[in-house]
Amino acid sequence: MREMLDPWIFVHLSYAIGVGGTALMIAWSLWSMRKAERRRERSREP
Amino acid sequence: MHGFANPARFLRLARWLMPLLLIPGVILAGGALVWGLFFAPAEGLQGETVRILYIHVPAAWLGMGGWKVIAGASFVELVWRHPLAGLAARAAAVPGAFFTAVCLVTGSLWGRPAWGAWWVWDGRLTSMLVLLFLYFAYIALAGAASGDGQGNSRVPAVFGLVGAVNIPIIHYSVLWWNSLHQPPSLSLGRSAMAPDFLWPLLIAMLGFSLIFGGVVLARMRALLAQIQAEARLRRKAQGAFGSGASA
Repeated sequence: MREMLDPWIFVHLSYAIGVGGTALMIAWSLWSMRKAERRRERSREP
Repeated sequence: MHGFANPARFLRLARWLMPLLLIPGVILAGGALVWGLFFAPAEGLQGETVRILYIHVPAAWLGMGGWKVIAGASFVELVWRHPLAGLAARAAAVPGAFFTAVCLVTGSLWGRPAWGAWWVWDGRLTSMLVLLFLYFAYIALAGAASGDGQGNSRVPAVFGLVGAVNIPIIHYSVLWWNSLHQPPSLSLGRSAMAPDFLWPLLIAMLGFSLIFGGVVLARMRALLAQIQAEARLRRKAQGAFGSGASA
């Protein structure tokens, strides 16, 4: 007998993980880039 | 190619190229996902769960694509000693690992309603899991190599090349072994998919690929800035020590 599952739960979870994760990855990569570039600027100071 | 080996020239290029990849990437991927979620039709056999396709397939494509970037950049680094190639390989590792993980998780979420199982140890799923472990090992190796102070990145470069053996195994696993996973629906110039599913999928793949490119450039800028800052601080410390010793 085939189990009846609500497909939308799986669809929404997949989208939440994919979209949320991608947004976090973009934010983290931009934040770490800015942080590293600020540190480089500070290292230029005498 | 060696023209781009100059970090200053690379930074000038990356400063305008990065938003040029990220902004259209976010718009295209977002638009394709809205299309896939609300406007694309449900599939006859799989019903609504087919919508996971628009996340799962781009993630699988970029999980494998990320390692192709690592292998290509490692080859360039080993053969031509291109100074930015090693950085490109290191920069592709985290987004590659991320998309591989998304592919595995969304595949599992698709497998439960479609196959009745979260996970099966078949060739495609297992080789994709091996790819995730390869990414973890590469990230650890590259981190250790950059932290040794010698800037020796030949070990991760060799590992990046050897690990590329797994890519054709993933691709052909559904043809070589019996699998619950379907055979490839998309190949160069040929598709077994109806246009209603194909167009949002292609746009999602393009959008996520642009995002991947933008993130790799941001990571390269971060790694380059980190190396330059450390080199300056080391020179300053040596100068201070030298003048202190002579006094």
